[in-house]
Amino acid sequence: MTVDHAKPAAVGADRPATERAPAPKARRRSDRDGKWWTPWLFLAPALILFVYFKFIPMITAVTMSFQDVQPYLGNQWVGGQNYGTVLGDEAFHSAIWHTVIIAVGQTVGSMVIGLALALLMEGQSKRLKFLRSAAFLPVVVPIAVVAELWRIMYHPTEDGMLNSILGLAGLGPSGFINDPDTSMVSVIVTGIWRGAPYDMMIFLAGLAGIDRGLYEAATVDGASRWRKILHVTLPGLRSVFSILFVLAAIRGLRVFTEVFLLTNGGPNGSTEVAMTLIYKLGLEQNRLGVGAAGAVLLFLATLVLTLFVQVLRRRRDA
Amino acid sequence: MTAANDSALGLDAVKSPGGRILKFVLYTLLLLVFAGPLLALLVSAFNNVSDPTALSVVPSSPTLDNFGIAFDLGVGMYLLNSFLVVGFGLLLQVIVSVLAGYALARKKFRFMTFVLVAILATLMLPEEILAIPLSLILSDLPVVHLNLIGSLAGMIVPLGAWAFSILVMTEFMKDVPRELEEAARIDGAGDLRIFAQIILPMCKPALGVIGVFGFTMIWDQYLLPLLVSTDASTYTLPLALRTLRIDTNVTPGVIMAASLLALLPSVAAFLFFQRSFVRGLASGALKG
Repeated sequence: MTVDHAKPAAVGADRPATERAPAPKARRRSDRDGKWWTPWLFLAPALILFVYFKFIPMITAVTMSFQDVQPYLGNQWVGGQNYGTVLGDEAFHSAIWHTVIIAVGQTVGSMVIGLALALLMEGQSKRLKFLRSAAFLPVVVPIAVVAELWRIMYHPTEDGMLNSILGLAGLGPSGFINDPDTSMVSVIVTGIWRGAPYDMMIFLAGLAGIDRGLYEAATVDGASRWRKILHVTLPGLRSVFSILFVLAAIRGLRVFTEVFLLTNGGPNGSTEVAMTLIYKLGLEQNRLGVGAAGAVLLFLATLVLTLFVQVLRRRRDA
Repeated sequence: MTAANDSALGLDAVKSPGGRILKFVLYTLLLLVFAGPLLALLVSAFNNVSDPTALSVVPSSPTLDNFGIAFDLGVGMYLLNSFLVVGFGLLLQVIVSVLAGYALARKKFRFMTFVLVAILATLMLPEEILAIPLSLILSDLPVVHLNLIGSLAGMIVPLGAWAFSILVMTEFMKDVPRELEEAARIDGAGDLRIFAQIILPMCKPALGVIGVFGFTMIWDQYLLPLLVSTDASTYTLPLALRTLRIDTNVTPGVIMAASLLALLPSVAAFLFFQRSFVRGLASGALKG
């Protein structure tokens, strides 16, 4: 006690000139901060919800992945066995493969088309604003509605909506989501339809940040439209590209609802992705431990991807 | 010439006849691809066709029958469930976010960085991956031992924790000038008063952002209601679409009518609050 009191006094005695300055500052800070628990009171609702619905599930997922989960019988520790099952399982191999294809297809497709849309619709006119809003609508349509709409559009007979359009072009009716050969492409196309306008908006925000003077300078130098895009626009959008890449790749890896509703993994497992398989294992077959191991692996993949792109970005910026 | 510099392609400034035609064709094509399917949905919802395959783009015999049939199949109840979930879910999320945002933006305390990082980290934690443990936890909440499976509460309570809303509020509250707060302190105002009467009113634009994003995010929920609901009485409208489809007597027109009801609220929210929406998109994605 006495030591604690002595210390500040000694410091004050050493530097009498500054003695007055710290005192009001300290008082002001204690005013501003109030009691030490005030911030925790404000944070309490958020923390409770995060602990219950994010952190406990996360911990549960990890522990479950090392257990043979038997409701009412008690869980048994099985070490890495679930991971072995997942990694050795044919069904999981093809599901992971499908997930990667969908993630890559949707990411690349959405970014290319999104960039094209952004370049075509960049501008200030009223008409362009209307066009952009109209093109953005797919993003705000609930995913369940998107899936039902495209299911009907993909109707495999000749009078299905998309097949009648294909018919106009003289192309035969496609089975779309009902044909194992085309089901994957169909799922990806639906994803691009919903993903591209989102990417467009982000690209537009990025385009707005590009220095107009650079375009002018390029024009003065006699650069063509394509050269301007190649040398001014694309480099200016670099950070947007990496952000969109991470967002889209994560979106692709965790794809669930549209596959669940469009094909539920079929036909013949041709569109089974990691999440639909995990859902089936966990909630339909009650193999909770194996499902959890799959989920943890999927999470690690997402994490690695995010960190990888962050590191790449840092290195390039430096 | 200068107008052409307003955009990368300078397409907006093209005025030659050939350019005009090219623009018209391009923009029409874009509209057809991205808005066309939604137009087909809209028209089919009001079209009297019993054909189980085709969607119609041209209205042939307008009718409201599809909606009548949809409501006979319980769409009214599903819609009410959806509104209850989005209403209470959004209310909870906004309250949680503004409170947490205030602490994180205006206070300095021990472990603040840790809390911030922990909340940020959940943005990288896809809800899909947590689905199975979450459904177990909802069936028996630790400590309080409540079972929320089969109740709307189970769909509402987890929605309160959304890091995006908290981060938007935190960033925005940081920008409220210190002087305002200090003046109020000198006048003897406590934390709650400062929060409610000074900080919160200055954050209306941010409230708009988290309101419209939270709304569309909650309205779009599929997996959580799927995990929680045990029977049709707690289905939300997006969830109910699948059950409608499985009924072979239901025509596409009826499904499209129900789909229209399911998409209208979020499309309306987007159209009314476009400015907030775009601001949120930019701040959410580009700062990250």
